[in-house]
Amino acid sequence: MSDKALTGLKVVELAEFIAGPYCGKLLADFGAEVLKVERPGTGDEARERGPFPGHVPDPEKSGLFLYLNANKLGITLNIETATGRDILKKILKTADVLVEDQPPARMKALGLDFESLRQVNPRLIVVSITAFGQSGPYKDYKGYAINASALGGQSVCAGEMGREPLTPPLCLGHYQSATAGATAAMGAIFAREQSGRGQHVDISEAQVWATLHTGNQETSFILHGMKRIRWGHRTPGIYPYTILPCQDGFMSMIAIQGYQWKRFLELMGNGQVPEWYSTEPRYQDRREISLKYADEMDGRLAPWLTSHSKAEIYKMCLEKKVPFAPVRNMEEVVNDAHLAFRDYFVEVDHPAAGKLKYPGAPGRLSETPWAMDRPAPLLGQHNEEIYCRRLGYSSEELEALRNGGII
Amino acid sequence: MINFGWVFAGPYLATMLGDMGAEVIKIETRSRIDSMRLSPDNLDKEPDRDPWFHSGVRNQRSVTLDMEQPRAIPLLKDLIKMSDIVIENFAPRVMKNHGLDYAELAKIKPDIIMVSLPATGHSGPLRDAQTYGPSLTGLAGVDGLVGYYGERVLGLQQAYADVNSALHGAFTVLAALYYRKRTGKGQFIEMAQLEAVVGIAGEAVMEYVVNGKVLGTMGNYYPTMCPHNNYRCAEEDRWVSIAVKTEDEWQAFCRAIGDPPWTGDAKFADRYQRQNHRQEMDRLITEWTSQRTYYEATEILQQHGVAAAPCLDTEGRFFDPHLQDRKTYLEVDHPTTGTDFIANSAWAMSDNPTEIRYRSPLLGEHNSYVFKELLRLSDEEIAQLESDKVIH
Repeated sequence: MSDKALTGLKVVELAEFIAGPYCGKLLADFGAEVLKVERPGTGDEARERGPFPGHVPDPEKSGLFLYLNANKLGITLNIETATGRDILKKILKTADVLVEDQPPARMKALGLDFESLRQVNPRLIVVSITAFGQSGPYKDYKGYAINASALGGQSVCAGEMGREPLTPPLCLGHYQSATAGATAAMGAIFAREQSGRGQHVDISEAQVWATLHTGNQETSFILHGMKRIRWGHRTPGIYPYTILPCQDGFMSMIAIQGYQWKRFLELMGNGQVPEWYSTEPRYQDRREISLKYADEMDGRLAPWLTSHSKAEIYKMCLEKKVPFAPVRNMEEVVNDAHLAFRDYFVEVDHPAAGKLKYPGAPGRLSETPWAMDRPAPLLGQHNEEIYCRRLGYSSEELEALRNGGII
Repeated sequence: MINFGWVFAGPYLATMLGDMGAEVIKIETRSRIDSMRLSPDNLDKEPDRDPWFHSGVRNQRSVTLDMEQPRAIPLLKDLIKMSDIVIENFAPRVMKNHGLDYAELAKIKPDIIMVSLPATGHSGPLRDAQTYGPSLTGLAGVDGLVGYYGERVLGLQQAYADVNSALHGAFTVLAALYYRKRTGKGQFIEMAQLEAVVGIAGEAVMEYVVNGKVLGTMGNYYPTMCPHNNYRCAEEDRWVSIAVKTEDEWQAFCRAIGDPPWTGDAKFADRYQRQNHRQEMDRLITEWTSQRTYYEATEILQQHGVAAAPCLDTEGRFFDPHLQDRKTYLEVDHPTTGTDFIANSAWAMSDNPTEIRYRSPLLGEHNSYVFKELLRLSDEEIAQLESDKVIH
């Protein structure tokens, strides 16, 4: 294995499902040693999530788990037990970063809160990723992705007025809070070089939404009294800024510059802006269209759009430099020629699930390339390596720990 | 850091590192004003009075230098020589055309870290495809999942891809910096926004890879939780989010809403049944939520250990006690608006809380600092460059 950007960094991950594990994945994929701690027996909740080959549940074959946990070492440890917690502390003595996702009150009850862990290792950086964060009146509230996007204001921005707001699909907020956690962890590592001590990084998923994604709305609200609402399939202000059906799916159609829109109209009219458009005075101001005649215009475009496929329209748009794009499904994404040309997807062999394709690097580093060097660990796969070879337990002790329900 | 970024992945990335204490200089020009300064929310159309820019671009200094003018290039290179990191998110050919691509910069500053955030990447058949943030989530397979369950695609209607690549970009820049501390070596980072989005849609990718299953519009459906939706509350356009995963949580939920008889119906006996009858169940739940405000519903449910939160809009967030307590929005003076409330960082660090050392800069506000103090140009040289519209 070649030298990686984060080679030498030691991370312990006491987290499951998506948020904490994606944070650990970012660090692992760029070279940190990430030791994933799972509960004995069932392990990470993502092992139950699937997708499973042939839809047959198997904790070693969950697609989501396999994707999020490649490049990590995996051990089992029951932190409900006093012995389990002692072992965890022993592991944390030499770690740089702990990524955890437990409710704050639970970490405190277990004696694993930041102040206690700081006694164990003053250089430890603890990244806590929860729905509502470590402080504030809702810190002990229970929250899943849908609740974090609700409080953070993301949900009210998607969907149609009069109908329920839509939370982003696939628990996207978990990935955002994970990435914020990994970024802040790196910041804390640089701070430690000067201060000599670790610190507590508090990630609230609701806050990630409320700052990065919806935060600038507050500035407009205070300055101008503006509020963002749900706009359905289009964004008002300019036309087109919309998603419209074509023959076999949908096209994402945004043209900010007038010449871009003109090019599309010409494309539609075989080289000329169609007469129904050029002769209609109401269509000459694209802001007016978006505010007053958007449905009408959608209807005007429909005959042409619905008689052409996504692929045909995209090909024409690329040729004529019209910045529209197809709304692709995952079959189209995974088989995309562009991503194939760039070798984006990677294939890794896993002892239980076999060879599967996975999404590749989010970013490409010229000197220290991203790589998926090893598949996700089987449950407890590295127990012997960590407990015996690293922490010095004998194989008899290991068996006793297993029998005692500790590992 | 030298930030060539504009609307808006680059500037967001620069702000994240600026919030952590980095010294950032944003390169701008009046010849092509960053459209973050002229966003739809900028009702005055005054580049120094844009609310989005005020929130999204702070802890950065602004210098006006038009890189289309050949005489700007040596000045930019002098700035880069004293920098650690260069950020850009132009179309793939722009930096190369100006002799400012990584290969050139590495000649004058061998350990420079440069991050590019192109839409689709610096290679491949779609390299030159023109996109906007919202169409990138369409290309990446995410927008197709956004819409009411089984209905037409609505899409996220926001530049999710920009924020996502700014975040991933900030992380990878710091990883590269960590490597440089250890080895002395800089490097080039290509962060294709399309690829960074596909990665966070990993669950949908795996559905296809593992079983050939193609997901469509999901609504608020989630396979392992039910109830899982936003429910209408008292007062106009008020909704409460409720999510129930385990059987214990379901029991707690039933108690919280007063154990109405329907909860004992066989149709709702377990998660499988509830998923099959979720429309009917959601209607029955709405009978309870619609009698309460979204805060009342949240409080009752949370007291019983059920995950719930109000769907806050712009105004609701501003006045929410939790978001206020956590200083989610910071009050900052600004000469053009008086006072702004701008978004805090996405994280809270116990020893190094985010401080706004520099409020959002006026266009070219730090020209004097950069040209006189950093580049040591004379007043005459500066005046000449200004009249030649190099500094512009």
